[in-house]
Amino acid sequence: MFEQLAMYLQYPFVQYALIVGVAVALCASLLGVTLVLKRFSFIGDGLSHVAFGAMAIASVLNLSNNMLIVLPVTIIAAILLLRTGSKTVIKGDAAIAMISVGALAFGYMIMNIFSVSSNLSGDVCTTLFGSTSILTLKDTEVWISVGLSVVVVVLFIIFYNKIFAVTFDEDFAMAVGTKANAYNLLIAVVIAVIIVLAMNLVGSLLISALVIFPALSAMRLFKSFLKVTICSAVISVVCALLGMLISIVAGTPVGSTIVAMDVVVFLICWLIRAIGGRA
Amino acid sequence: MALLTVKNLSVGYESQAVAENISFSVGEGDYLCIVGENGSGKSTLMKTILGLMPPIKGDIERGDGLRQNEIGYLPQQTEVQKDFPASVKEIVLSGCQARSGFHPFYSKAEKAIAKTNMERMGISDFAKRCYRELSGGQQQRVLLARALCASEKILLLDEPVSGLDPKVTQDLYQLIQKLNEEGLTIIMVSHDIAAAVKYASHILHVGHHVFYGTKDEYLESAAGKAFLLQEGGEA
Repeated sequence: MFEQLAMYLQYPFVQYALIVGVAVALCASLLGVTLVLKRFSFIGDGLSHVAFGAMAIASVLNLSNNMLIVLPVTIIAAILLLRTGSKTVIKGDAAIAMISVGALAFGYMIMNIFSVSSNLSGDVCTTLFGSTSILTLKDTEVWISVGLSVVVVVLFIIFYNKIFAVTFDEDFAMAVGTKANAYNLLIAVVIAVIIVLAMNLVGSLLISALVIFPALSAMRLFKSFLKVTICSAVISVVCALLGMLISIVAGTPVGSTIVAMDVVVFLICWLIRAIGGRA
Repeated sequence: MALLTVKNLSVGYESQAVAENISFSVGEGDYLCIVGENGSGKSTLMKTILGLMPPIKGDIERGDGLRQNEIGYLPQQTEVQKDFPASVKEIVLSGCQARSGFHPFYSKAEKAIAKTNMERMGISDFAKRCYRELSGGQQQRVLLARALCASEKILLLDEPVSGLDPKVTQDLYQLIQKLNEEGLTIIMVSHDIAAAVKYASHILHVGHHVFYGTKDEYLESAAGKAFLLQEGGEA
């Protein structure tokens, strides 16, 4: 089995997949803690459906690089959704549900009407569940993914203290002059970027698992924000790596294997907490 | 010159006034209690003073070189905070966010300020404990220490004792009084009128009839008498 693995690891496309997978998993976990604590878990889900709709349009237009459309559309949707969180025009969760199912329906319809591909359900399935797209990345896509991941991580480190302040207590942060709305905007944009990146890895239906599970697992174990953040990053990266390696050896779909790993780790963390709490 | 002077202020949401014609001033070392019935606009007034929402009418002037971000604020606890994984130290340190400005990380000086304020509030022993595991009274001390990191001049407290048991409530009031004696100006929103009369130097009563004056004047006023009578009747 290890020989088989070693053989696969010599292929550049497998190496690329591992690099991008780790980078994306790392980014996704960083803001997960903030999203869960701000009660925004569902936004990741809604945005990923918007990204699916955008992807459908992009594939119909036959662009050389889908990110040109998917990224801006998702960022705009993220900004609109986080806006409704603070200024309730339509109740936050209803707005998310509306946009997310709407985008899903239109996306599928557009793909159906305009698609020139002979394997329509295969295309849809790939976009929704990621399946093989991580293994078919082009050089430019790898560089864009890695570049954006680095930007996300650097932004997160620079604004770590402010993000903590705005997550814990927005009113206090604003009262002492921190521009909470600007940081919320930053968080929204970064989430959108992460979701677009993660589409390649796990597909649009499974993205929120990548964002939420590591954070929830880490929150079972640790009691300070810093430790929770670091732990969720480690969990996310380890799960992504294990998931990809298992899927290569066992031939299972990449995205769902990674998410399955995340679920297993969450259950383990939950058990540790439950047993530790009783002792 | 007073620290804060409020003239003919109307506060509310989207041009719908909740409380109108409020005028008062707060001098250095004052202990002002803002009292009034539920829904009379106490918290809205506080948010307007803090600059979290724009006033509908009127002015808020800051004197003695008090800057907008030099007001320490103790907000009411939110739902989010109840299961928030953060250590006491992290939360107190976040009070320094206004001082650190655009610097991404906290300096040694800021960490020292946080440490001093944790000692002042008697919470140094659980600096590394998790906020969500603390009792209500301890949590309020943590948030007070954070507010002190933001300001050495003036504290705004929004219902600081709500949900605390009587013993802890007394302790917290005494802690706030001690801060006031050390020279901090206190503005507190409360519907605990008995405590307001006991500890405050000035009272602002918002509602249909706005009253502002010293504690003694309040006790003599119609608004004060009516409110005290009503409180006595309920008890």
